Amino acid sequence: MSCIFIFMGWSCSNESVETYVATPSPLQIPQLFEDNILNPVIPVDNPQTVEGVALGKKLFFDPILSGDNTQACADCHAPGNAFSDADRFSDGIDGIRGNRNSMPLFNLAWNYDEKFFWDGSSFSLEHQAFVPVSDPIEMKSSWTQLETELQQHPEYPNLFQQAFGTSKIDSTVVTKAIAQFERTLISSNSKFDKYLLGEATLTPEELNGFNVFMDETKGDCFHCHGSDKNPLWTDNIFHNNGLDATFTDLGLGAVTGDPADNGKFKSPSLRNLAFTAPYMHDGRFATLDEVINHYSEGLQNSSTIDPLMKKVAQGGVQLSAQDKADLKAFLLSLSDDEFISNPDFLNQ
Amino acid sequence: MKTIIPILFTCLLITSCSEDNDDTATQVNITFNFTHNWDGTSVSNANFNSIQYTNANGEQLSITKLRYIISKITFQKSNGEKTLLDGYNLVDVTNGTNLSFTPTATIPSGNYSHVYFTFGFDNDANYNGNYPDLNSASWNVPSMLGGGYHFMQLEGKFIDNTATETGYAYHAIRAVHNSKTPQEFQDTFFEVDLGAVTITNHATFNIEMNIAEWFKNPNTWDLNVLNNMLMPNFNAQVMMYENGQHVFGLKSFTP
Repeated sequence: MSCIFIFMGWSCSNESVETYVATPSPLQIPQLFEDNILNPVIPVDNPQTVEGVALGKKLFFDPILSGDNTQACADCHAPGNAFSDADRFSDGIDGIRGNRNSMPLFNLAWNYDEKFFWDGSSFSLEHQAFVPVSDPIEMKSSWTQLETELQQHPEYPNLFQQAFGTSKIDSTVVTKAIAQFERTLISSNSKFDKYLLGEATLTPEELNGFNVFMDETKGDCFHCHGSDKNPLWTDNIFHNNGLDATFTDLGLGAVTGDPADNGKFKSPSLRNLAFTAPYMHDGRFATLDEVINHYSEGLQNSSTIDPLMKKVAQGGVQLSAQDKADLKAFLLSLSDDEFISNPDFLNQ
Repeated sequence: MKTIIPILFTCLLITSCSEDNDDTATQVNITFNFTHNWDGTSVSNANFNSIQYTNANGEQLSITKLRYIISKITFQKSNGEKTLLDGYNLVDVTNGTNLSFTPTATIPSGNYSHVYFTFGFDNDANYNGNYPDLNSASWNVPSMLGGGYHFMQLEGKFIDNTATETGYAYHAIRAVHNSKTPQEFQDTFFEVDLGAVTITNHATFNIEMNIAEWFKNPNTWDLNVLNNMLMPNFNAQVMMYENGQHVFGLKSFTP
């Protein structure tokens, strides 16, 4: 790793202005992303650097972020689960559980609206990383405490110096580092990706499942979950997908205060479903079969249910058993084994 | 989607070789503003999500989403010379974005006998382009329906014959019989005529869409019958095309 000092301009008194620049490390954009969708969102005040990403990775796996030094980000965002949690609700450091399933982390730089969490309550990945540290039912630390611990740590001040040109540690640089690491978590090597690149062949079941996915009279999944032209497999928008007739969790509505947003949650990406059970914002479905059955015959009507949820009175589109099985096979073809075993993303 | 629907590769194409006799013409920018109404009552996203409109068939309805694409704005002179502002604009009423569109390319001031744009994409633009901003906005049409892109997504709720609030998804695409082999298509993009204008400076076209017209003329739209799964419905797409002829108008023009 190399760090660069550059000298910018000279004043009339011959004083130089020294600006520290860490080693640039632009995201490696996958071919299908490059060909089909807009470029990722990288904040101008937090460019990707070798030192920043490495620091962010160290922080991500370090339990120092929690109040009693027992819990790291990775405890609820495990690499083997595509950076989600196999438990329906995650335990905080006091064993208290929240009411939302931990969201998986990948392809986050392509969330163009930059609204994070199931309810969109955080704007920017940096702010998302800010929240759990002091959340009383999650890491239950305080930023003052964490900043002090990091400042007194034998390694971190030097690592922050290398990443950001300052050894003064605060929440801004901590969250910048974590966000840089999270932006490197790119998943683009599923079987279906390889099929689109001409490097793999789908089974007849997977192909029919893709057709069910794209058929407006059957699955009609593509309106909210991407397509062969949108490799994110999400629109990153908030929808009420007919889970409940009445709401115990208002979702987006609690954030915006608009009753028209009640019961709406972010469409999750359909990548890596093999690793991210349970499903939905509250993890209510343990299996993909349950998810598919929900859309097929389990829809609940409500005032804000999305108009794209069709045949609600019949519970859904009534997929045949074969179409359900094939849809599941296709969905699983979006899972990326290389992603969950990528050494760059593991704590080693 | 505040920034992800930029206008791509707006460029100026002169398609005629005829001599330009207007020696005093200056290059000017043109702005297109898009407003919306329901039979004269202004509609914006502030009016979305509540059932407050009644269509020609007597069904009460709301709007929850409205976005549509316009393309190929063309200025034609009386001698046939055309200036094409290539590119497109995805008008997103839901998010209040791209309601005003000023192409980066300029056109010569002067008299134009015919100004028009395309609602949707013509077949060349629809099938020969891969548009990352539209792909990112999930604007695609499945390959099983011929591929390409949506022309419009109008969604909401209506009170159906059982007094139940029911969703509708009035999505306009190129009409296709996808059950036939080979697939049979019928073009459903159409030209919107803005008439003749004299442009002296940076001009503004204020274009209005009467949303009620999508349900009215010549086809009285019955949402109880046609409310969802309309993309593969060839006849529904043709009806949308027919009703679309009366949807747009030029509200005002500032030369």
